[in-house]
Amino acid sequence: MDEILDLRGLSCPIPLIKTRDALGKVDNLTLVVDEPTARENILKFAKSQKYRTECTSTGCDYQISIFKK
Amino acid sequence: MNLGLIILTGVVFGLGAVLLVKFGNPGNYGFCAACQLRDIAGALGIHQIATLQYARPEILGWVLGAFGIARFKGEFVTRGGSNPLVRFVLGIMMMLGALAFLGCPLRAILRLSAGDLNGLTALAGFASGIGVGIYFLKNGYNLGRAKAYQGASTGLGYLAVIAALILLVAVSVNAAFLNFSAKGPGSMHAPIIISLILGLASGILAQRARMCLSGGVRDFMLVRDTYLLKIYGVMFLVALVSNLYFGFFKLGFADQPLAHTMHIWNFLGLFLVGIAATLAGGCPLRQLIMASEGNTDALACVIGMLVGAGIAHGMNAAGAGGVGLAVNGQIAVGIGIVMTCGIGLIFREKIITVSKGA
Repeated sequence: MDEILDLRGLSCPIPLIKTRDALGKVDNLTLVVDEPTARENILKFAKSQKYRTECTSTGCDYQISIFKK
Repeated sequence: MNLGLIILTGVVFGLGAVLLVKFGNPGNYGFCAACQLRDIAGALGIHQIATLQYARPEILGWVLGAFGIARFKGEFVTRGGSNPLVRFVLGIMMMLGALAFLGCPLRAILRLSAGDLNGLTALAGFASGIGVGIYFLKNGYNLGRAKAYQGASTGLGYLAVIAALILLVAVSVNAAFLNFSAKGPGSMHAPIIISLILGLASGILAQRARMCLSGGVRDFMLVRDTYLLKIYGVMFLVALVSNLYFGFFKLGFADQPLAHTMHIWNFLGLFLVGIAATLAGGCPLRQLIMASEGNTDALACVIGMLVGAGIAHGMNAAGAGGVGLAVNGQIAVGIGIVMTCGIGLIFREKIITVSKGA
């Protein structure tokens, strides 16, 4: 399985910055956050870049996969 | 994003703020996360300025409304542990900066909507401060991870809402342990029920919309996202029309309600708030909402704001309407900017973000 970017517990907007930076280097990315605001910000950003996303939640955690194509 | 939520949030904040003034709050003082917390600090005796003491139900409504909706939506989680003491200090800084200008960024927009051009100066400072905060973020600033609490500690997440409930009952029955201003701005307020209802409604919407004054500017600077800015646009326009309708609109810098015209300090006051809010992960309003959602780090920041009000007024370091900012306040803002930038430079905990998936 691939590596997962663990962005849980980081204050706004650090999860978004880390996601954006990571997407500068790879085409596909899986990450996990634990706050609804972080999830929404990241999904909104991915959508604005026209990236495809998948989001699943388990307990307090949200796992988001982002695909550039 | 949800257009309905954007419009509704903007309308409730914009119209609600002006209605609160119409019903008795001081000028351009419908909602303010800083001034109204300062009045609560006064009600609790944290500062001794007799004219600035009232447990504002607007703020209590924000906390109760945000708590209720977060709980209902399953978003209430007791979490914390991301350097609460630094957040406490950032809360003090936010209050020092806001009281130099006489308002949080929310009130800056509301002041501008009533023609007070000092709001423009302050918002320019605020945006500049956010720019500085983003610089620190890009250079690795962080305060470490928060985590969801387990066991008995989960009770800590309810502290904000318990405090708000106690204060609401106390202010409703004129409890003897609270201070109530007999004159001055603290004595001017809308009927409790109106303040509470508008506070509850705006608190619920602020939680749903993730409203954050620094977040709006920050997200635009970072990723050109305008979602939150749209809410402020709607709020500004609705407040502008409402102020014109009720005859509160007066264009200019001078003789504005609860304001002064020392431009450099209006700019630097919210400049300090902009840096501190970006480093704390949210503006004063957002800290209150997050504290209501069970975030104990945000609660530490809110307690910092209450203490900051005590410091500002105890040392004559707060701005005075129609007068300006005394030398003490100028020194406090200067020290605050240096200290906050120091926090931005120093706290760069190495966080390992990559883990092997299952």
